[in-house]
Amino acid sequence: MFKGLKVATLVVAGALALAACGSTSGGGSSSSTSPAASDTSSSTASACTPSNIKVGMAYDIGGRGDKSFNDSAAAGLDKAVKELCVTSKELSAVPNETDAQKAARLTLLAKGGYNPIIAVGFAYAPALKLVAPKYPQVNFAIVDDSSYQAANVANLTFAANEASYLVGVIAAQATKKKSVGYIGGVNVPLLVSFQKGFDAGVTATDSSVKITDKYLTQPPDFSGFNAPDKGKATAAGMFDAGADVVYAAAGGSGGGVFVAAKAAGTWAIGVDSDQYTSADAAVKDVILTSALKNVDVAVYDVIDAAVKGSPLTGVQVYNLKNDGVGYSKSNPAVQPFEAKADAAAQAIIAGTVTVPN
Amino acid sequence: MRKFLLALVAPLLALGFALLVTTVILLVSGHPPLDVYQQMWDYGTQPDSIVLTINLSTTYYLAAIAVAVGFKMNLFNIGVDGQYRLAALFAAFVGGHVSLPPVLHVTVIILVAVIVGALWAGVAAVLKNRRGVSEVISTIMLNYVATGIIAFLLAPDKFAELIEGSNNIGTKPIPSSGQVPGFDVVSGASAPIYGTIVLAAAVGIGFWWMLNRTRFGFDLRASGLSPTAATASGIDAKRMVLFVMLLSGGLAGLIGIPQLVGAAYTYNLDFPAGLGFTGIAIALLGRNSPVGILFGSLLWAFLDVSRQILDLGGVSKEIVTIMQGVAVLSVVIAYELVRRYRITAQQRDVGRQLAAEAEMAGAAA
Repeated sequence: MFKGLKVATLVVAGALALAACGSTSGGGSSSSTSPAASDTSSSTASACTPSNIKVGMAYDIGGRGDKSFNDSAAAGLDKAVKELCVTSKELSAVPNETDAQKAARLTLLAKGGYNPIIAVGFAYAPALKLVAPKYPQVNFAIVDDSSYQAANVANLTFAANEASYLVGVIAAQATKKKSVGYIGGVNVPLLVSFQKGFDAGVTATDSSVKITDKYLTQPPDFSGFNAPDKGKATAAGMFDAGADVVYAAAGGSGGGVFVAAKAAGTWAIGVDSDQYTSADAAVKDVILTSALKNVDVAVYDVIDAAVKGSPLTGVQVYNLKNDGVGYSKSNPAVQPFEAKADAAAQAIIAGTVTVPN
Repeated sequence: MRKFLLALVAPLLALGFALLVTTVILLVSGHPPLDVYQQMWDYGTQPDSIVLTINLSTTYYLAAIAVAVGFKMNLFNIGVDGQYRLAALFAAFVGGHVSLPPVLHVTVIILVAVIVGALWAGVAAVLKNRRGVSEVISTIMLNYVATGIIAFLLAPDKFAELIEGSNNIGTKPIPSSGQVPGFDVVSGASAPIYGTIVLAAAVGIGFWWMLNRTRFGFDLRASGLSPTAATASGIDAKRMVLFVMLLSGGLAGLIGIPQLVGAAYTYNLDFPAGLGFTGIAIALLGRNSPVGILFGSLLWAFLDVSRQILDLGGVSKEIVTIMQGVAVLSVVIAYELVRRYRITAQQRDVGRQLAAEAEMAGAAA
């Protein structure tokens, strides 16, 4: 009897361990059987001259299909595959890995003749530092990091705080109850920078508006980027407390925020890509605007430069000035608020307004 | 002889079964299994992969031993994960801020990690002894509390500092006096083997010696096999819970050390998490024995490293996660089957012996 119980407990403990291992790995897996691969052969064979450029993509956890950051990079790759006729290989990280494992992934791509190699996410910085010097003839690019710079590395950085400032300006005008909210996916410096930009935009426009800032999870729990249930519950709490515009900088969790906004009859603001055009038809009308962070543009730029034979290197800043970030105008409801937002954008570009980072 | 064979049968049975399931899944998903295994083997035996495997298994080994200490007396420390992360954060913080001569510096880092890990595990022990809270529940919950504390402390004005141009955030890097150099023994590899492999080996030997050669180890095993018998023979159950929990937590503190003093030199946002749970799986795989865990962690690390090649060939690398999961489950089941077989065999032997004795007695009469 006791032995049986012990075995049962062990099995349960084992299952727990496995569940814990698996929990963060959710989302789509990455493999070569991506839409991109099929595009190459079917629709575009005649549209462009075949290129011998092989693009290597190393995604962060979640990979293609995370409806967030990785997908945004994947969109840039897809465009390049379609228009520039490059071939590609996509690998993605597994949860809880070390820098050495990330370095092994980059090495694998470099050895396989992939050039350029694009590392998606700041987590690849230490790995890039290990690998890039060993392959000086290969061009690397890393998104969201400029801590490691080298002659064969392009650092793609985004002034996401500027885009957040603009949607803050819009939120401050759109709120009727003088109360807005910010939901960050995971409490990391990157998203704190989104928050600071948003808060500054709101306060600069109407200092009487109350701002509530919340994060869905704390690192190393990165599930906040892909937990619509948490997004929904947190947003519903904000709406109950009196907010009527919530900015969701939370990747895939934003879907839940939109559902909550629909139920409460309030506004939500999307992030990264124009979510008004990509969200579920049932909730799209609550998405007032989206803060755009055009990772896809940056990824395309890297590949385009490689095809043209003059690879990108050094720090590439994507900001309001060069349309690397911005806000979307596809929802007609945002029109009344555009004037002030555009004026703010001009002021930022001119340097008369500095957005906190 | 039969005892020795039986000891070999269970792990082989389990591995064979795991391989069988993986093969079936590969076949169903349309990949030639032998080809896939060949690719994994070829990639996994390259010099760089061997170093990576050994380094990973150093960490895994420590994690599994930390878990196994508790498991040996049916004390389930599921909180190893939180214990090592908290320990690594404090150790990294202290390591980055003190300046000491080389060996002493590393010693201080390790001591801080052990003490923090032990104290955090001690919370669960006190809760169990004073209030009867199941350590399974309390340690799981303490993992979340640890995550919260780390998120609170890993901020620019507290333990961490911003890295220029990075979106990462970490403690001040440990200076060279607190770094442990590696062994460049694998020819052709670009990275050395962690110097802390010595630490892992010492922990393994110490664990074996403690279990089999000390009074404490005997008490621990006795408490695990039968708490009532242990109490009857004068072992203080509460004292054992406290000591074993502190020991398990202290060992958990070591888990982050190889990565901390051998590669990363800082605790930052992408410091490997979840190793405590990997440790549970490997402790089960290795049956809580120092030697079994050695093989278990090497296997686990090899699979983790060689899975990288699968992605490149278009095979979903999650296949390896399935393989690891099936291996753990089948080890548990295989050992139970072997144990039952052993009992029946024993009973048969006893029966045969008794019958023979009865026959002899009958012949004599």
